[in-house]
Amino acid sequence: MARKKARMSQEVSTGSMADIAFLLLIFFLVTTTIASDRGILTILPPKQDPNVPPPDIKLNERNIFNILVNANNQLLVEGEFRDNTQGLSEDIKSFILNFGAPDEEAQALYNSLPATLKAQANMDPTSSDHPMSGGAVVSIKTDRGTGYETYLEVLDLVKRAYFEVYAERVGLTADEYRALSSDNAGEIELINRGKEEIPMAISIAEPEKIGGE
Amino acid sequence: MSKFKKKSKADTNIPTSALPDIIFMLLFFFMVTTVLREQDILVEQRIPQATQLQKLQKKSLISYLYIGQPKNVNLYGTEPRIQANDVLITTNDIVLWVNQEKDALSEAERDQITISLKADREVKMGPISDIQFELREADARKLMYASTIKVDN
Repeated sequence: MARKKARMSQEVSTGSMADIAFLLLIFFLVTTTIASDRGILTILPPKQDPNVPPPDIKLNERNIFNILVNANNQLLVEGEFRDNTQGLSEDIKSFILNFGAPDEEAQALYNSLPATLKAQANMDPTSSDHPMSGGAVVSIKTDRGTGYETYLEVLDLVKRAYFEVYAERVGLTADEYRALSSDNAGEIELINRGKEEIPMAISIAEPEKIGGE
Repeated sequence: MSKFKKKSKADTNIPTSALPDIIFMLLFFFMVTTVLREQDILVEQRIPQATQLQKLQKKSLISYLYIGQPKNVNLYGTEPRIQANDVLITTNDIVLWVNQEKDALSEAERDQITISLKADREVKMGPISDIQFELREADARKLMYASTIKVDN
């Protein structure tokens, strides 16, 4: 009996330690969330010089897609009351691609579009002339009391309309197009080909002083 | 008799087979105890959701502004406040703050600074547009509305 006790192994078995370590490692890999820097990118207009009056840009009413969001988060889209944002993205898309009165350059742009986008051109003379600069503009105007969430939702839908147009031009889905990185020459070429001559013309107006503070 | 012989043969080496495990243990200890974010967020942060998200390539160019109702309502009130780094600031301080952030960047990258606006979904457009106006004044025109991905249902 005494002999057996003396022979008993005094080491803790460490064979499964590696497995435990791996399990822990995988657990932390899965549960850790790295703060992601993702969001909707916009470029603000340049600072206005108080001595210089704002430039008087002449745009026909038909070239502006008006979206008003009031302090109750209700929408007025092109003079039409809406309670929710359903179908807004599709409306904006057909507004951008309307080609109501294209000039020569815009006609060339139209001819270069893939057939699926050409089919969406309604050629409605009461809607936008063409999507190039000087043409279609989407205007978002809010009140000071409008919720940030609603504003972001509307901006998101406008961006979606543009990204879908860009993506369709290069034969990708909108998700794939947005995931293109500017690190790689091939992908930069795709990005530029998508947005060539169709600027993302989103105008964000100074909010009306209603419902804030 | 045999007992004496065994003792004289005793191994003087320290067993090192368990060393990797000790290292692992240490690694996990520090993984668990380290807190990555050294600054506390003093305002409510329920980031709104959106679908058309884009990623920024260069993280060093991003500066964060947190906007929301203060968590400590007794101390700071219920009006939405702006947090930059770890202090609450007012809209008037934004230009100064942007210039400080720009100074931290190298000269060639200064005009590429991007402000990530981490605003709570309950915030109204009034304070947001005031911030945007100040950012235009400070010439930091690249703005990102931080949001999380919305899953279409």
